[in-house]
Amino acid sequence: MKKTTLFKVASQSIIKNKLRTMLTMLGIVIGVGAVIIMVAIGNGAQSQIEAQIGSLGTNMIVITAGSSAQGGASQGAGTFNRLTLADADKIKAGTTLLSAVSPVLVTRTQVIGGDGNWRTQVNGVSTDYLTIRNWAVSSGELFTDDDVRTKRKVVVLGKTVADNLFPNGNAVGASVQLGRSPFVVSGVLDAKGQSAMGSDQDDVVLVPYTTAQDRLSGWRFVSQILGSTNSTAVIPAAIQEITLLMREAHQLNGGNVPDDFTVRDQTAIAAAATSTTSVMTGLLAAIASISLLVGGIGIMNIMLVSVTERTREIGIRMAIGARGSDVLTQFLIESIVMSVLGGVIGLLVGIGGAQLLGKLTGWAIATPWSAVMIAVGFSAAVGVFFGYYPARKAASMNPIQALRYE
Amino acid sequence: MAGTAQPDGGTRPVIQLTRVVKRYTMGSNEVLAMRGVDLTVMPGEMIAIIGASGSGKSTMMNIIGCLDIPTDGTYVLDGVPVNGLSRDQLADLRNQKLGFVFQGFNLLARTTAIDNVELPLLYDRSHRWTDPREMAVAALTRVGLGERMDHEPSELSGGQQQRVAIARAIVTQPTLLLADEPTGNLDSQTTVDVMALFQALNAQGITIMIVTHELEVAQYAKRIVEMRDGRIIRDTPVVDRHDAAADLARLKDTQPVEAVA
Repeated sequence: MKKTTLFKVASQSIIKNKLRTMLTMLGIVIGVGAVIIMVAIGNGAQSQIEAQIGSLGTNMIVITAGSSAQGGASQGAGTFNRLTLADADKIKAGTTLLSAVSPVLVTRTQVIGGDGNWRTQVNGVSTDYLTIRNWAVSSGELFTDDDVRTKRKVVVLGKTVADNLFPNGNAVGASVQLGRSPFVVSGVLDAKGQSAMGSDQDDVVLVPYTTAQDRLSGWRFVSQILGSTNSTAVIPAAIQEITLLMREAHQLNGGNVPDDFTVRDQTAIAAAATSTTSVMTGLLAAIASISLLVGGIGIMNIMLVSVTERTREIGIRMAIGARGSDVLTQFLIESIVMSVLGGVIGLLVGIGGAQLLGKLTGWAIATPWSAVMIAVGFSAAVGVFFGYYPARKAASMNPIQALRYE
Repeated sequence: MAGTAQPDGGTRPVIQLTRVVKRYTMGSNEVLAMRGVDLTVMPGEMIAIIGASGSGKSTMMNIIGCLDIPTDGTYVLDGVPVNGLSRDQLADLRNQKLGFVFQGFNLLARTTAIDNVELPLLYDRSHRWTDPREMAVAALTRVGLGERMDHEPSELSGGQQQRVAIARAIVTQPTLLLADEPTGNLDSQTTVDVMALFQALNAQGITIMIVTHELEVAQYAKRIVEMRDGRIIRDTPVVDRHDAAADLARLKDTQPVEAVA
């Protein structure tokens, strides 16, 4: 039998039983629709959370000094501080994967100016710092590379500091005193809120690292070097690259000399958060899949009834020359057409329903194309899987008994 | 027109049964439905198989119809030995060489007459036919239903339904037309009407085998084979053959009110 003829024969019997076909398809429509809506909700939540984590600076790599040991007792990370500005320069010059590098010199001091004074953390950083931290200036601007080179005394205030010193909001251009030196406020940072550890990330001021070294700390050592890549994918390679550059800078020759620094990334945090949401998405999809399964069983049920009901028809077809495979294909196509049709309708219902739900509840909704493909493919698979047994039953009938069936 | 024309001038038998035995096991009982049957049917014959129920005529019909295979003995259909053929090969043989007409018409419900008639051509694997639709139209016209091709079985009378079934049986130009109690569900006038059609088709060269328990119906055939207990007990030509067309004309004369035909 030709393929077009097969489809004709199958669609004929589908059309002949409109109500039954529609009820059978309803199971698949609901199943596929539910899967699409659930995945859309889960995916929306996931992308929302990913965006939030991205704002923490997921591509950030932190280089800290290594540990030292005194008489065999390790003093813990950072106790042997040998990170220098030269290291930062070396990384900046030698890297191929990092898009931004900034040393961080940390000190605490009293900031005096405006309406009062405030003790806060001073970070001496380069102009890359805001890129790395995924941070922005809300008013005014960050100091420039030129400011860094010339060690100008400019400062960018964190939101908390600005609010405390300049409650009226006219901080930009004002003069403040850090320690004993006068600084000009060039900008105020966006609010960033609490860190994961609960500390206020806005309680900070940023100054050029050169100025910080000269005027505030006077240290030769750098507490951290931060770097960031353009994509999360290259982070492992970037870490390797930094390690090599650092070992070279610190002249750690020979494989058995341990690193005197540590390189870390944020992927662990990001991975934990995304895996939570993907577990949630998976769970939602799994629950929704159950309805797809029930829909499939509905198809099998109807096909079994249909095969019994049409025993005589099968007998006639066989008597006039239909092979078992012809009958098998006919019934299989019937169930596949029903389930794929149901799948496509369910897809439209699912996408529409997800959009509607997003509008009504304000949840983030994202229908991934992969879910669409999987849902339609899966409904076709349901048709084959649950249609096969009834079709086999039809195909293996004895024509004599089928013809005699009342 | 005649699908039975043979290259060797029609000397090859359509049916050749040689010592055919059919044994069934029903539960623990063994039933011998055919106990060594020999039968030869030549092209152009119109043969009636009669016998009471349980005589084995249905079993023989199933074997001749390639719906079943003999337990023992040989069956050759139009030169093709049927013994040992697979299910698929039997299906193809039914499609190419046989046309079936059943007692209950056995048309597909909610399917137009033309679609019903076209059905056997759709299952053809030899690709002999170029235009199945046209052939279906021709077959329906041949049985006198050219006007009702788009009617579904529920919109047709019993006689018309049986005509559709006959059209479906002859559309593939079969070597043999097999009719199993073709008049069992019909009133007497429609019975004669259908038999007239069979006689006309036979006159055009189609070999026909009718299984029936009505001796009246058998009288329209050219040859009667009677079965009892799985054996042929009589095989005689019909001496006083009835002419269905003449009978029909006579019936219509005596019955002024035409039966729903």
